Amino acid sequence: MADVITYREAVAEGIAREMRRDTAVVCLGEDIGEAGGVFKTTAGLFKEFGPERVWDTPISEQAIVGAAMGAAMTGMRPVAEIMFSDFLACCWDYLANEIPKVRYMTGGQVTVPLVVRTANGGGLGFGAQHSQATENWALTVPGLKIAAPSTPADVVGMMAAAIRSDDPVVFFEHKGLLATKGAPPPPGHVVELGRAAVVREGADVTLVALASMVPVALKAAALLAVDGIDVEVVDLRCLVPLDMATVLASLGRTSRLVVVEENPYQGGWGATVVSVVADEGFGLLDAPVRRVAGECVPLPFADALEEQVIPTVDKVVAAVRSLAAY
Amino acid sequence: MEAAELLTLYEQMALIRRTEKAAHDLFLQGLVKGTTHLAAGHEAIAVGASAALRDDDYVFATYRGHHHALARGATPEECLAELMSRATGLCRAKGGSMHLTKADANMLGSYAIVGAHLPMAVGAAWSARLRGTGQLAVAFFGDGATNIGAFHEALNLAAVWKLPVLFICENNLYMEYTPIASVTAVPRPAADRAPAYGIPGEVVDGNDVVAVREVVARLARRARAGDGPAVLEAETYRHFGHSRTDPATYRPAEEVERWLRHDPLDIARGRLTEAGVPQETVDAADARAQETVRQAVEAAKGAPPPDPGEAFTDVWADGGAAWRT
Repeated sequence: MADVITYREAVAEGIAREMRRDTAVVCLGEDIGEAGGVFKTTAGLFKEFGPERVWDTPISEQAIVGAAMGAAMTGMRPVAEIMFSDFLACCWDYLANEIPKVRYMTGGQVTVPLVVRTANGGGLGFGAQHSQATENWALTVPGLKIAAPSTPADVVGMMAAAIRSDDPVVFFEHKGLLATKGAPPPPGHVVELGRAAVVREGADVTLVALASMVPVALKAAALLAVDGIDVEVVDLRCLVPLDMATVLASLGRTSRLVVVEENPYQGGWGATVVSVVADEGFGLLDAPVRRVAGECVPLPFADALEEQVIPTVDKVVAAVRSLAAY
Repeated sequence: MEAAELLTLYEQMALIRRTEKAAHDLFLQGLVKGTTHLAAGHEAIAVGASAALRDDDYVFATYRGHHHALARGATPEECLAELMSRATGLCRAKGGSMHLTKADANMLGSYAIVGAHLPMAVGAAWSARLRGTGQLAVAFFGDGATNIGAFHEALNLAAVWKLPVLFICENNLYMEYTPIASVTAVPRPAADRAPAYGIPGEVVDGNDVVAVREVVARLARRARAGDGPAVLEAETYRHFGHSRTDPATYRPAEEVERWLRHDPLDIARGRLTEAGVPQETVDAADARAQETVRQAVEAAKGAPPPDPGEAFTDVWADGGAAWRT
């Protein structure tokens, strides 16, 4: 394997590793076969595993996720692709009403081990209907696990955990990270769902971020270090299970918290994080908490407009400075 | 059909009819909360189709699914206990009337979002083919589901891959409270649309258990042979309204009368008589069904409520419900 792997290559690599190890793993989605996916995140799978295990579907989001559910209930481990996360709305019944509820409402009779993968988030100029960060939609539904890796190694390790999970997982691959590179993970690499990572240690302020906001947080931390502000960065990696233990432990070291989320402030996952901190970690705080989040508008097209409404390094730096001086 | 088999099917239908009557009575006594969508009148579809299926075939049903759960092996006691919120219920009192499920018999659920389960049946059929099991998947649904997007997506996907799945529409003429014909562009809402997906669409008297069994057996053989899915539209009628709050006064009296005269139990009785089965044998089958349901009602009434802690189990496969560390 090469010295570096892109995030995009890591998606296909992560799926391929699981397909090699378990014949119950199958893929379905639009353009995922010979075409290798519109983002090339399934490149090579069709050639290696053939059309029975890598299933090109029509543009039928309900059928894709519904069929994945039926297959998962009957012995397979399907990995379904919904091309852009905005399109989850087209099959939202399955994410909101069917997949997450069936185990509960059947009194534990039915298991649904599936992964719904989707390209999430802004930054590529796709306009309002192909650019949203929609992880919050899934967060509102009890019964879904939610993964959103930020590095190629995490993509592979979390893909392994997601596919092996007996519970349904919504796997958000960030479009803005697809071309980023990182160290290739070793064989057998698995990152347990629900384990946040402290990706930079620091003593003054904790920055909690997810997916594309992790590199934004790290860049902000590097700039702030020049001014002598020592920032700890926590990559949540998953929203469910949510690793509040790592967040609270970090807060115990820094006593200041900034949450950085791409999705809109209104109903954002950061609100859940800070509410748990308010409930259980109030005594750890020496300053108010801050949320740097997307604005409550549809994502605009032009870069100059997009910068206005999603978190940037400058916005994060400003938020951290305001707390450091508190 | 052999007289002995017909008698068995009749007794299953009688058991379903008695169970539905019991559900109705228990609701009126305040012992069933929420609502129920009774399938009295639809018995021949569930029983006839089940008789044509293998025990390991997959079945998906709708919120009007008592008869399918019972036809696939759930007992009246399990079903009525579920309706009465008892710990011994089929879904441990977490599902209720609209979600009866008997997974160990591959009856994989009753779904209360109209049409949602059709793609699931497609996925189960895909899974069966990948595993080479020869199993079939069957989705039972109402006429109202034929105007849902998932119906069309499911038919197309099943057809493209020639999957072993049967789509069986229980056309009882009403989409909830609205005549299906008044909101649907074709007279046969399921069968007329099947050709658009390149698959056969057949119509059967859904109140004739023998006719249902025969056509399902034929379509099942075809699907198992690799010739792909089929749509079957079974014409039937609800004896009750859409749900327990619906007296169904919108139905013309002569229509109701005509269909009540075309009762699936009466039709089966007629066939039993033709086959030379003595009246007392048929009456004995009725009596057994009645007694089974009577005992089921007593047992369900005597069962305990669920442990309150059950509210916090079964979200995840490990049995728990924790969303955070």
